[in-house]
Amino acid sequence: MTANIVLKAKGITRQFPGVLANDRVDFDLREGEIHALLGENGAGKTTLMNILYGLYRADSGEVYRGGQRVAFHSPKDAIKRGIGMVHQHFMLVPVFTVSENIMLGAETTRRGTLDRKAVAAHVRELSHQYGLDVDPLTVVGDLPVGIQQRVEIVKALYRNAEILILDEPTAVLTPQEAEDLFRIMRELTQRGVSIIFITHKLKEVLTVADRITVMRAGKVVGTVQPQETNEAKLAAMMVGREVILKVAKGEASPGENILQVKDLQVDDRRGLEAVRGVSFHVRTGEVLGIAGVQGNGQTELVEALTGLRPIHAGKVLMNSHEVTGKPPRPIIETGMAHIPEDRQRHGLVLSYPVADNLMLCTYYLPPFGVRGVIQPRAVDVNARKLVENFDIRTPSPYVPTSKLSGGNQQKVIVARELSRPIKLLIANQPTRGLDVGSIEYIHKEIIIMRDRGVAVLLVSAELDEIMALSDRIAVMYRGQIVATVAAAEVTRELLGLWMAGATPDKV
Amino acid sequence: MDWRRFGFIAFIITILFSVVVLIGKAEISPVVIVTSMLATTIAVATPLTLGALCGVYCERAGVVNIGIEGMMLAAAFFGWLTAIYMNTVFGLAPMPSLLGGVAAAILTGGLLGLFHAVLSVTFKVDQIIGGTVINILAVGITGFLNRQLFFEKGSIFGGNVPHAPGVLPRIQIPLLADIPVVGRIFDQQPITFAAILLVIITHFVLFYTRWGLRTRSVGEHPRAADTVGIDVYFMRYANVIIGGMLAGLGGAYFTLESVPSFEPLMTNGRGFIALAAMIFGNWTPFGAWAAALVFGAAQALQINLQFFRESIPPQWAFLQISYVVGLAPYLLTMIILTGIIGKNIPPAADGQPYEK
Ligand SMILES: Nc1ncnc2c1ncn2[C@@H]1O[C@H](COP(=O)(O)OP(=O)(O)OP(=O)(O)O)[C@@H](O)[C@H]1O
Ligand SMILES: [Mg+2]
Repeated sequence: MTANIVLKAKGITRQFPGVLANDRVDFDLREGEIHALLGENGAGKTTLMNILYGLYRADSGEVYRGGQRVAFHSPKDAIKRGIGMVHQHFMLVPVFTVSENIMLGAETTRRGTLDRKAVAAHVRELSHQYGLDVDPLTVVGDLPVGIQQRVEIVKALYRNAEILILDEPTAVLTPQEAEDLFRIMRELTQRGVSIIFITHKLKEVLTVADRITVMRAGKVVGTVQPQETNEAKLAAMMVGREVILKVAKGEASPGENILQVKDLQVDDRRGLEAVRGVSFHVRTGEVLGIAGVQGNGQTELVEALTGLRPIHAGKVLMNSHEVTGKPPRPIIETGMAHIPEDRQRHGLVLSYPVADNLMLCTYYLPPFGVRGVIQPRAVDVNARKLVENFDIRTPSPYVPTSKLSGGNQQKVIVARELSRPIKLLIANQPTRGLDVGSIEYIHKEIIIMRDRGVAVLLVSAELDEIMALSDRIAVMYRGQIVATVAAAEVTRELLGLWMAGATPDKV
Repeated sequence: MDWRRFGFIAFIITILFSVVVLIGKAEISPVVIVTSMLATTIAVATPLTLGALCGVYCERAGVVNIGIEGMMLAAAFFGWLTAIYMNTVFGLAPMPSLLGGVAAAILTGGLLGLFHAVLSVTFKVDQIIGGTVINILAVGITGFLNRQLFFEKGSIFGGNVPHAPGVLPRIQIPLLADIPVVGRIFDQQPITFAAILLVIITHFVLFYTRWGLRTRSVGEHPRAADTVGIDVYFMRYANVIIGGMLAGLGGAYFTLESVPSFEPLMTNGRGFIALAAMIFGNWTPFGAWAAALVFGAAQALQINLQFFRESIPPQWAFLQISYVVGLAPYLLTMIILTGIIGKNIPPAADGQPYEK
């Protein structure tokens, strides 16, 4: 194993106000390998990658590219040295087409005008060569995240990247899409591309990585080979203590119906039928899991239930009061909490301080709002309590939420929603982008909620999460619920089949 | 810019024209009226068009500019001042003086653009405040200098305003301008022609060149632009300065093309109407131009009705009161901006300072 070292970081240190994001980090990447980088939320993975990509400057430390010391002043320099990066939050202009996004910054022109044709041809060629199916002419905003990710990869390849940094690429992918991505990654390494792969999913790491480096609180804890470790060991390395990967939960004792949905029909953004006559109920003290491959109407279903999307037909009853078509606030006031799928778009006001986001649903109610005036003391008390309880890593409750690491942003939402007196929790991908320690914590909280008599509707593309938390499981396929079963009576394989469209014999 | 909008614009312009035709047809043939209305519309829409293009460059790059009014006013003054200086003090011929004035106006706009960029891009001052500062500054400086230089005893021009070197001459487009009656439309002054040309050029630059793609990217998602190595600050600076220069050219229209004199506050809200035109045009050059033409048509209505004052039928007597008609452009602004047709979608990062 004496392959060439193509990229090397030595003693990288980077301080942000109040946090030492990277503390004398050493990291290297060998030619043609997949080097996984693991670590808690806020461990400093993204920061390190942004430094390697020229987006941030290190306070001290050195970067070597192919044995040669380099100083990147902007991503332009990194791109020139063959480094490409797919960011945790995608860097695509939604109103541009795929080709426009791909060529941006590296445009091909003919007599002064953009040569869209040549770019499209090149994109088609690349996508064919690497099995990355993308249509160069569609507008990026219309594409599902899985495809947007391919666009990001093609964007890097278009710039002849020899080193590819993938920052949590699988967080937003369905299992099938993730499989696809792994195939692509292997294909790329075979062609000599070297990959840095960041993820929180330990299973993935063990299957695709050649080496694994773990970070904690800005420092590198160690580098291991996948064959000499396992999930539990990795989790312990990351968090610094034993993590219980399995959720401990007792029997559910469901009570009366809290949420009742009858023949619900909802259209998607383009006006096509996305939810086609769905009926179900959720009772107090139980978790109903909705399993399904992403894009089968779950997003629209949740948006309709939470008042974010108009309802075409059907009924929604909360606590046997009709809330069909009501705006979010009255629905929230009936005791609903919502953890949205897209944290940056629907869950947070990114420019607000963490403290304000932590009271966003109830700012107008005491103790936060008294006679129309916000009470800073109450906001502060609430913020400090939640930051502590939910282990939100932030230098202070008053930094803009945009400065938090992705996983910590998610925790802000979870903390806000779970800290109110609620009757129903609608959680859509509640642990997306979270590290194992935080997942453990949130899963525990959800079960505690359940045992306190809260009804929980859990939507997740992670089959493991559905299996671990649900008491009953409904499978959604093409806008309909094709099966509802008790969680104890079903296997992963069967669920997988139903999710793929096989019709169950018993319903 | 969707076709419904253009349809709506054509509809309003038709109505405005029809009013004049109905009133004036007893005296003058409709073809002549329509032609003359069209020619006036195109001419008076010039500062609106250029102001709106200024807005398009700035906002497509992510910088809100409500200082267009001030940029035009300042440019109108300094352009005029330069022309007079060159003509009377340095004794240059009228034509070079006027061209020098236009150059000075463009420079003034460009400098104010630079000022706005420094405030909003580098110092991240709220962009509305930056624009407001420019508007107030322009009113103050032009008013002050105007009085100091021309009306104070002992000032350079000693209390009497010197003769300006006239206005920019008309240019006839060969062949087209020779067509009887309709040819009038192709017989305009240079800034008017330049404005139309700039609409086409801006459209081309924005949607067909590397510069345009990069400009739009920093207005939509500056971080994405940054990650592919585009210098967000540079792009914003450059576009705000370009926009300022266009507003400056628009300012030159007032004192070097329309009338050969300067009056305090003479832009009279046109910069804000230009902003409205840009919004109604959905941040596109052709859309903005079309909207500018609506406002131009309203003004042309006002101007043309004066000729037919006597023939306004009694039941339409209210049209005889000039300020009723004078209100038309402003009323139209409000009506149109209430968003009668479709949604206006600004660039996603419009008005947001970029922090690395
Ligand atoms: N631009 C910034 N300004 C201030 N603090 C920052 C900034 N970027 C990151 N941080 C802080 O640096 C620390 C490391 O963040 P980083 O994004 O590198 O974490 P991460 O390991 O990628 O976490 P996650 O898995 O949640 O994405 C965090 O505490 C974060 O709040
Ligand atoms: Mg990260």
